Amino acid sequence: MSEIRKSWGLHIGVVSLLLALNFILPDYHHGNLARVMVLACYAMGYNILFGYTGLLSLGHALFFAAGMYGMSLTVQHLGWSAGPAIIVGLASGLAMSLIVGILSLRTAGVAFMIVTLMFAQAGYLAALYFGEYTRGDEGFVIQKAARQIGGIDLSDPMNRYLAALVLFAVCLFITLRVVQTGFGRVLVAIRENEERTRMLGYDVHRHKLLAILLSGTMSAAAGASYGLLFGYAGATFASVQYSIFPLLWVLLGGAGTVLGPFVGTLFMFYLIDLSSDISTAYMLIAGLTLVLLTLFAPQGLVGELRRRTLRWLP
Amino acid sequence: MMLLSTRGLSRHFGGLKAVENIDFDLPEGQVRALIGPNGAGKTTYVGLLSGRIPASAGSVTFDGQNITHLPAHQRIRAGMAYTFQITSIYSRLSVQENVALALRWRTGGNEIATTKRASDALERVGIAERADQPAGDLSYGHQRLLEIAMGISQQPRLLILDEPTQGLADSEIVDFISLIRGLASEMTILLIEHNIHVVMQTADAITVLNGGEILAEGTPGEIRKNAAVQAAYLGTG
Repeated sequence: MSEIRKSWGLHIGVVSLLLALNFILPDYHHGNLARVMVLACYAMGYNILFGYTGLLSLGHALFFAAGMYGMSLTVQHLGWSAGPAIIVGLASGLAMSLIVGILSLRTAGVAFMIVTLMFAQAGYLAALYFGEYTRGDEGFVIQKAARQIGGIDLSDPMNRYLAALVLFAVCLFITLRVVQTGFGRVLVAIRENEERTRMLGYDVHRHKLLAILLSGTMSAAAGASYGLLFGYAGATFASVQYSIFPLLWVLLGGAGTVLGPFVGTLFMFYLIDLSSDISTAYMLIAGLTLVLLTLFAPQGLVGELRRRTLRWLP
Repeated sequence: MMLLSTRGLSRHFGGLKAVENIDFDLPEGQVRALIGPNGAGKTTYVGLLSGRIPASAGSVTFDGQNITHLPAHQRIRAGMAYTFQITSIYSRLSVQENVALALRWRTGGNEIATTKRASDALERVGIAERADQPAGDLSYGHQRLLEIAMGISQQPRLLILDEPTQGLADSEIVDFISLIRGLASEMTILLIEHNIHVVMQTADAITVLNGGEILAEGTPGEIRKNAAVQAAYLGTG
């Protein structure tokens, strides 16, 4: 019981710290952190499927983009307000993950990776094909006037940060709660030994499908919020690059840890940011650091911390 | 009352008849050993019973219900527990969590009840003091016991054990025999076993498989005297 209390304490502490940073961070880092928090939600969604369930998807950009386009296209073309548009974004992510889940779960392992990759490519190409509405790679700006919920202007840096924090806290606490329940433990069991889990009486397929739904919808929430908070939607977010990012963030931070996705996203963001200050060959520095980290902390930053000292970390 | 019956149960892999037309009845409360030479179809047969392998033909009835087309996890929930021939545990999870996973659905997610029953099952097989260790750190013999603890923690009506004593030391086998005798009053047991000593010490009845078919069935005494069995399996000694 005390371990559960400790982990809630830690995660509430992290959220409180982020709240405090809102008031003290300089503008530049304040904006960065808001962005990192939203992207971390994407990584948390990815982590539920990859880190906890052991299913490696190479197509999560599809869910991120489903949320982003679901929200932004209804705002742009139907003139909806941001609140209902976010719901449309979430529903798009849910529907997309249901379709992809039902079809891709007929496969496993490498085939699963390829099928999810192909679905995401189809989504990316669809975004380009319907360029009349999506403006393709170029994308479109969501007008400042539309970026309001309940009279709160989300383009204002302070509001944007707080909105990002609310989303972050919701995703973090959902993940924490899920991994503490029997459902979350079965996901881990599937990751560790699928056949054994089936032969203990669990419907493995149903659990995997639910994991995809949760993972895809959380990714879509991140996509919808990203579009709304930063005022832009474009097909780049549906590209394969955006399917690889969450995998990297999760691996760096620690797959199968609740805080790992955030730590990984933050680390990667600042790694690129700082190394581009030093040299134009910043990807070389970033790449080298990633290689070293993979060699010496293969379980990711938080994963390594858990292995060495804090065994109770969820 | 028959707990488990199969009629005409068959499984073919291409041209190979791994299990062919097996009629089998297991009365409630019995300890039944399933023996036979390597390749006789024992593991395939229990795979058909537990739903790991779909049948090519025939039917399986468990507790009066036709379960031939039921997926494996529903058969487990109907009251079968299955332990693997090759140890299959969650090596990176704690011993306690291994057993908790086995029975959490039975307690409806009540963690206090789950913990209590998991501890009881570990106590029963004698590895309670290792509950907090990662299961992969256990010795092979203890991992086999953990498998059995996972099975009995579900309080199944039928416990299927696939070569549980394989790789165990002699002293561990002695403990295993007394464990099975203790369990016999609580559940029906179907035991695949190569060690004839274990079979003779534990089984109420024996079914001998050979070439995917039933060669003989009877009490340990009858099987011991059966000439066909001796020729196929026990040798001439």
